[in-house]
Amino acid sequence: MAGTALPRRLNWQLGRVVELVGETDRTKSIVLNVPDWQGHRAGQHVDVRLTAEDGYQAQRSYSIASAPEDPHLVLTVERLDDGEVSPYLTDVLTRGDELELRGPIGGYFVWEASLGGPLLLIAGGSGVAPFRAMLRHWSATHSSVPTRLLYSSRSLDDLIYGAELLDGYYDGVDVRIALTRQWPDDWQGHRGRIDGELLHQVAWDPGDRPLVYICGPTGFVEAAAQALVGDGHDPRRVRTERFGPTGT
Amino acid sequence: MDALDGNAIAGALFEHFGGDMTMAEVRCAHCQSTSLMAELRVYMNAPGAVARCPACDDVVMVIVGVRGAERLDMSNMEMVSPA
Amino acid sequence: MAPISRGFFGRRQRVEDPSRVPPGQYVTGDFPVLSAGPTPHTPLDEWSFTIGGRVDEQVSWTWEEFLALPSESPTVDIHCVTKWTKLDTTWRGVSVDRLLSAVTTEAAYLTAWSDGGYTTNLALEDVTDGKAWVAYEFGGEPLESEHGGPARLLVPHLYFWKSAKWVRGLTLTPDDAPGFWETYGYHNHGDPWLEQRYQGD
Repeated sequence: MAGTALPRRLNWQLGRVVELVGETDRTKSIVLNVPDWQGHRAGQHVDVRLTAEDGYQAQRSYSIASAPEDPHLVLTVERLDDGEVSPYLTDVLTRGDELELRGPIGGYFVWEASLGGPLLLIAGGSGVAPFRAMLRHWSATHSSVPTRLLYSSRSLDDLIYGAELLDGYYDGVDVRIALTRQWPDDWQGHRGRIDGELLHQVAWDPGDRPLVYICGPTGFVEAAAQALVGDGHDPRRVRTERFGPTGT
Repeated sequence: MDALDGNAIAGALFEHFGGDMTMAEVRCAHCQSTSLMAELRVYMNAPGAVARCPACDDVVMVIVGVRGAERLDMSNMEMVSPA
Repeated sequence: MAPISRGFFGRRQRVEDPSRVPPGQYVTGDFPVLSAGPTPHTPLDEWSFTIGGRVDEQVSWTWEEFLALPSESPTVDIHCVTKWTKLDTTWRGVSVDRLLSAVTTEAAYLTAWSDGGYTTNLALEDVTDGKAWVAYEFGGEPLESEHGGPARLLVPHLYFWKSAKWVRGLTLTPDDAPGFWETYGYHNHGDPWLEQRYQGD
């Protein structure tokens, strides 16, 4: 299998929660120590499995929000109101608890510095999680790949990794935020949903052949992908990952 | 219900094939168009995972957990090139 | 067994009367949306319901004609093969007995078919004698499209994959012909009280 890691078993392993970070009212980052972790690539995800005392199980996938170079594995979870797994992860899980997971999974929605760019990352809501891994990897490798993040969020309160993104933590990355429902009076970023015009402004020229990654809810991802391909970007250089509720 | 994509079944496919399959190129038996496994439209909220062709929406793959063992039916698609 | 996740119970409800819950099922207060494909949106002026196949003469109703048929308001428990059970759901629809009375047939089975291509197979005896409806209201409101509206089959004594969403007709057949999920390994009959989830159960 060209370009991917060697075939290996995808075993369930245990991680231990070392820290919990409240990102927004409904989103938490879970910092894990996973002793048998074999490493990962930015953009990959893990499957998390919960087991109740009577054997009842539920399983969900979460993007890895930490870079391969980071010491711990980080998952960022948004609590879905009628969710089964996410409320447990955001409200019940505490430091010292064990979490069963398997991974890393995925070879398509992956970026590493050797792939070059320019690099355009487009995130809707919690879809920003895998891009944190990519940006931290970009920083850790002192990459000179020109990189832009366009991140759409309802309001400043809903902005995940707000401190990192607004305070220039990713020095050299062009960070653009679109607030879709509420913004401060003096807001200098984009107001309202990401549209074709904003995408056209932010994206490089198709002739520059950027690598584009789009992640978020299905409707958001498909609208952005369609707009960019319609603008002339090579569909083979546009990669998408759709987030959504799963499980019944 | 909005579809997800082949990334959502990457773990199940890994278990079945022994490696990452998101980059595998597949051809829809119905309309003959090709896409990457990651680009399939996947419906996860069902008594199984149903993957559909992004071009024509026809069912190309179904994964059902029968008595705990996952069964993959790929009779409506063919692998064009491996992952 | 896998390691226990401290404090995890899930979205399940504690059950007051376990005799109403088939083996292996959990009670939910929600109404989970399950689908094998995109939600169809057939305009009502293009909608029809047809009984055909091994019948003397095929019969069809337009939406207006269908709504004009005498209806019933069953309250039933429903059981999904994915393990959730919902108690005391209320519906309004036309009894399948009434619909079948419009045709003459010697067939013992049928295939229910839907917009979007979904099918499921049933024995005639599982949809007659007050056991099934074509329902167009849920909880006193018109049936939402994500739950199968404008109309879906309702066969509550069997696993809910048999209650085909977006149903458009019943095709009477001489033999039991596996439908969509049955072809992929689910049980031809599907009795939740006998836990007939998969072929061979």
